Amino acid sequence: MKKIILLILCFFIYNNSAIALVEIDITRGNLDPLPIAVSPLYIEPGSSDIKDADKIIKNVGEKIAEVIEVNFKRSGLFNPLKKDSFVQKPDIAHIKPRFEDWRLIKAQALVTGKVKVSEDKLRVEFRLWDVVAAKEMVALAFSTTPKNWRRVAHIISDKVYQRLTGEEGYFDTRIIYVSETGLKTQRYKKLAIMDQDGANIKYLTLGNELVLTPRFSPKNQLVTYLSYFRNLPRVYLLDIETGVQEVVGDFPGMTFAPRFSPDGKKIIMSFAKDGRSDIYTMDLKTRVVEKITDHTSIDTSPSYSPDGKYICFNSDRSGLQQIYVMRSDGSNVKRITFGKGLYGTPVWSPRGDLIAFTKVHKNKFYIGVMRPDGSGERLLTENFYQEAPSWSPNGRVLIFYRETKSDSEGKGFSAKLWSIDLTGYNERLIKTETDGSDPSWSSLLSK
Amino acid sequence: MVSLSNLRKFLVVILAGITLTACATQGKKGSNIAGDVYTGNDTVEYLATGVKDRVFFATNKSTLTTASRDTLRKQAGWMRKKSKLKFAIEGHADERGTREYNLALGERRANAVKDYLMTYGISGNRLNVISYGKERPVNSGSNPLAWSQNRRSVTIKAE
Repeated sequence: MKKIILLILCFFIYNNSAIALVEIDITRGNLDPLPIAVSPLYIEPGSSDIKDADKIIKNVGEKIAEVIEVNFKRSGLFNPLKKDSFVQKPDIAHIKPRFEDWRLIKAQALVTGKVKVSEDKLRVEFRLWDVVAAKEMVALAFSTTPKNWRRVAHIISDKVYQRLTGEEGYFDTRIIYVSETGLKTQRYKKLAIMDQDGANIKYLTLGNELVLTPRFSPKNQLVTYLSYFRNLPRVYLLDIETGVQEVVGDFPGMTFAPRFSPDGKKIIMSFAKDGRSDIYTMDLKTRVVEKITDHTSIDTSPSYSPDGKYICFNSDRSGLQQIYVMRSDGSNVKRITFGKGLYGTPVWSPRGDLIAFTKVHKNKFYIGVMRPDGSGERLLTENFYQEAPSWSPNGRVLIFYRETKSDSEGKGFSAKLWSIDLTGYNERLIKTETDGSDPSWSSLLSK
Repeated sequence: MVSLSNLRKFLVVILAGITLTACATQGKKGSNIAGDVYTGNDTVEYLATGVKDRVFFATNKSTLTTASRDTLRKQAGWMRKKSKLKFAIEGHADERGTREYNLALGERRANAVKDYLMTYGISGNRLNVISYGKERPVNSGSNPLAWSQNRRSVTIKAE
């Protein structure tokens, strides 16, 4: 496993917001993506090529720009302009852009930069320019190991996104999910991790036992998930660096639906016994187990509010699946869904303002959001089968999965990851090597 | 005084009504679903002659039908004769629900079967419950018949 060392040396952070004419409103459902030019980064003389495992990366300046462009394009907020129209060379553009040239191709913002690659260090400097106002908006420099060149692109993307939208970005993140292959009646499932743009896929389990519903810890070093190892379905912890797995607690029955508390100290999960499922927590240090719900019904899919004070969860105590909110000690349980249909998989936004959910009504599946008191229900997308939304760390994008119909031989079946913006726009298929399900978004890697 | 022709018309209407209701609960011709529970024999295997290995459920439910209780009574009878054997009771759900809730629902269904077998004197420590949620469908189809066959609890001889 590669160790990620990132040293951020901010030479100068130049933030000129006074006369910025370029900005993006991300709450509208952007139908006018901002035209932005991403100049290939200038590679300083004396730089070596990058060796990444068995590959040699040449032209890393161009490659970084490409990764940034893909990030911008997929966000739906930016329109990266074609490179063949760029007039200025990367080295000069980075020092002093000729704004008239960039305005000619209709760019409103411009990203330039330079890199120096040595044996063990990649040093980057980049600038974001407001082409309309002819001013520098952001200037940053940082260093990392050469193998992290993709993270350089993601960090630049986040800084640009943040400066232009006023919100934190979500590009320097990873997605954990379940990779699926095989017949529908005998699926092989493995835990997989990838960068949010689909690069750097790594498989964390071998596929010998069924694995489901993985989640990252808040600092992204640990993963919790359900495994049927030795035919005993239990919640496990996996250390991504070391690969070490351990079962969580010593429960005399199935544990499932695990998540971490926002401070990373506890696992919250369901424990099923004698036909009922209750929500429990276990402190990872003290190993103390606490029972949070106590009802003969099924209580599952718990999700903490970002401040750790509340938990939303799925319960059928009123007859069918609904969403409830309670204090994190289990007191003050309140039902928040009263609409027609079933509600499940509630997930609290990292911004604290919304709960995303799956809704099933008249044989159709919906992904939606509502306020934590249940008001303002808004359905974002409808499908034959989709569920389990997970929030980007800035609370602006949801990732989930869909399954297609199949005939009785299983033909036509596929499971794929999809994303959609909170506005309901920019619904997008996420390409994975194999079929995929149960996606979960990490927090920003640099935090 | 009711005339004979009126009585005949009345009987025709009643008969038509009964036939139509019967058709409604049968679903499509030959689909073997009654009250949302699969009643057919496809996918059913046998633990012994006349002893079916599984029972079926309605959507979101874990209640046992009369036919299910009959199947389980026969299973219990056979288990009493094979007192050295232990069993796994698997609980399953169809794909038309969220994954985590389906895991819990499978457990509830398997437990309903275990509880019922125990009322016939089968010791609980011979019966091990395991839920597979929607992960192991027996019919890959995306239609009501397939879903009804997948909403099941299966009794299996433990190794």
